[in-house]
Amino acid sequence: MSDLRIAVPRGALFTSTLDLLDRLGVSTKDVRENDRKLLFESAGIITMRPSDVPTYVEAGAADLGITGKDVLLEQSERELYELVDLDYGHCTMVLATVAGKDPAAEALRRLGVMRIATKYPRTATRHFLETGRQAEIVEVKGSVELAPLTGLAEGIVDLTASGATLRENGLVAREEIARSTARLIANPVSHKLKARAIDALLERLDAM
Amino acid sequence: MVDRIPSGTRDFLPDEMRELRAMTDRMRAVFERAGYGEVYTPALEYEATFTRAHLDWGPTARPAYRVFDEHGNVLVLRSDMTVPIARLVATRYHDAEPPLRFCYFAHAYRGVRPQRGQSREFLQAGIELIGAESPDGTVEVLTVLCDALDAAGLQTYRVGLGDAALYPALLDRLNIQDQERRERILTELANGDFVGLQDEIGALGIDDEDARLLLEVPQARGGPEVLQALSDPLQHAVTGMRAVHTLLAPEVADRIIFDLGLVRGLGYYTGAVFQVYDPAHGVPIGIGGRYDELLGHFGRPLPAVGFSLNVERMHIALTSEERRK
Repeated sequence: MSDLRIAVPRGALFTSTLDLLDRLGVSTKDVRENDRKLLFESAGIITMRPSDVPTYVEAGAADLGITGKDVLLEQSERELYELVDLDYGHCTMVLATVAGKDPAAEALRRLGVMRIATKYPRTATRHFLETGRQAEIVEVKGSVELAPLTGLAEGIVDLTASGATLRENGLVAREEIARSTARLIANPVSHKLKARAIDALLERLDAM
Repeated sequence: MVDRIPSGTRDFLPDEMRELRAMTDRMRAVFERAGYGEVYTPALEYEATFTRAHLDWGPTARPAYRVFDEHGNVLVLRSDMTVPIARLVATRYHDAEPPLRFCYFAHAYRGVRPQRGQSREFLQAGIELIGAESPDGTVEVLTVLCDALDAAGLQTYRVGLGDAALYPALLDRLNIQDQERRERILTELANGDFVGLQDEIGALGIDDEDARLLLEVPQARGGPEVLQALSDPLQHAVTGMRAVHTLLAPEVADRIIFDLGLVRGLGYYTGAVFQVYDPAHGVPIGIGGRYDELLGHFGRPLPAVGFSLNVERMHIALTSEERRK
């Protein structure tokens, strides 16, 4: 893809992103065949965790990147351009608690504060601030569903696509906080200096 | 035991200092040759000086450090040099015949976000041209800007040129008067969130063609063809940019990228705004523009224009350019 370098997220958005790049005429064969390699110079692709994509793009280490809106919400202070809603990777950020009587609401009423476990501390903090409720945010790095089952927290703020993981752990979504899809983001300097290449890509995207 | 220094600050050792000094000396010579005498103002100013103009500083550029003096007055560490120079002009040069030309090499102080490599204290190099209207004053400042960047040794830099008044004029033309909506639209634009911008524009309920205009104009950037491509009603809004461009010497004009999305830099910009980019660095290395109303807040209403370059970022860009060769 000419002289553009694009940051591609491994994980849930990986396959859809590679499919999209194929349709845009970027060869992803190498990427699909090499699970461990991270830098694909000839295709102009680098692969990384979704939450690292904004870091690389903001610094200009990649011109473009694809990541979820959930990641961008959590890192909202980054100086990036959000160019396109790519309309895949649909999921929802929710507040969930164990089924039955809502223990978070109970804690809020009787203790004045609820404990919420999440991988998205800033998004969660903002949500409770905006809705005027006191919450103690407990940051965890994975398996958030465990927190309300073990008494670490009364509720969780997490991303859900089908709701299956929540259900399997006996949790129900109580509030929708934000909807998320994959977004195409750009480094602001690259957006000016590589305008032609970026616009050509956007046109191909638009035509699909 | 190791004594730490605050995050966002650092020590400068001789090798780096020598290179920085050599670069700023070359720039200072350019400024002096163009008639811009160097000034220095106190790092500490009364808070009132910075709050007087009721500027929208944005999240990063507002003064972040306050102290009390022995009388209980609130002092701030300056977060930029343009406001102190506006004060200096209104007090020390209150009856001097404009235009006035000043340059500065001075540190500014800003708040940082953790883990982002931002500096609490950073060296700015810049000029202010007071009392010169657009387009001539803007042309002069852009010329000195490019001369200074050339003298610093940068070769691949570009200067984005936009107009702070363009998008508001477009909103006026489409009769979008609701202040709250306008503010939300301008915020999305300033954040570079074009998906959010599209949502806000969609909620206006205007016809498709107008909506497309609102979305496409701020994404237009490139050579003079960008201005040509605009529809007739917008041509009037870019006459200023066009006038500046036609007056520029070819070697300066070649550096210009028209950038219609460059709408808000610092709160005091009123007309032309510019940003300096280098492909070797992921963030802008300088910013500038017209601030025709700022001096009025200090009692000396004069049109003005200037720029400031971040010297450390220039140095990073310079070393990256050398590596790429």
